[in-house]
Amino acid sequence: MTCEELLKALNDYVDGAELTEICEEFSQHLAGCNPCQVVVDNIRQTISLYRAGQPYAMPPSFEDRLQQILKSRWEEKFGASDRASADR
Amino acid sequence: MENQLLDEPTETELLHQAKLGDFAAFQKLVAQLQPRVYGLTFRILQQAQDAEDATQQTFLALIEHIADFREESSVATWVLRIATNNALKLLRKKRTVKMISMSEMTSEDSYGDVPHPEFIAPWSQTADEIVHQAEVQAELEKALLELDDKYRLVFVLRDVEGLSVRETAQALELTESTVKVRLLRARLALRERLTRKFGDLSQAMTPDHKHS
Repeated sequence: MTCEELLKALNDYVDGAELTEICEEFSQHLAGCNPCQVVVDNIRQTISLYRAGQPYAMPPSFEDRLQQILKSRWEEKFGASDRASADR
Repeated sequence: MENQLLDEPTETELLHQAKLGDFAAFQKLVAQLQPRVYGLTFRILQQAQDAEDATQQTFLALIEHIADFREESSVATWVLRIATNNALKLLRKKRTVKMISMSEMTSEDSYGDVPHPEFIAPWSQTADEIVHQAEVQAELEKALLELDDKYRLVFVLRDVEGLSVRETAQALELTESTVKVRLLRARLALRERLTRKFGDLSQAMTPDHKHS
């Protein structure tokens, strides 16, 4: 497997696909190719950064507005939402 | 009457209570899910007002269809799927011209000229160590903003939200092979951008594309 071919198989490898055929060749290449090892690790770090991040806080003004909108929709559909206010 | 001593109810429990007409339970469920819903819609739409609209539509839809939830998936998965659909609908409406390329194969949808990694270096710190830094978050969002819609959407759905390749393809009305190529390009582009930022320069290495 060349670096070029490795690039194409990268997704499957990063996603942990059990394609032993690809994986075996992939691992063999990686074992002897430090730059490719680092690229694979970089991609893993990149994905976990995005996965773990909590990117945007909802603006508080919107949060209040949303609660009001949901409350009136709820009441339209199901009647009183009184039990909610007991929860304060 | 609430029993404050019990552990926090799970999302499924909250949904059950909400189905029985308990609005307080519904509010709690919304409070738990809204950061993810808003974050997801923001990442798809890249704009606060639009993300607010999509978030609002999502929770209104939750009220509308609360009785229909069949529990074939987790509550969060279900709600995030509604959010994805709402956000994509909004995006299509706003970007009619650009979105045409969403569902069409372009020359960039083959493996032929996938850009090779250029800056290669191990990161000075792991993702876990830096993820909570505000400037890192800002950097992530900047990098995402620089990606084309077609790459960003695939990356957000597959890698951030954890949809399968097939689910991503269905949501975006693409073939699975197009999703895979775009995902590879997205991952490589973000890797390049973030490694220039977080890579350890002293350990940078030259890519060698010649060996086999």
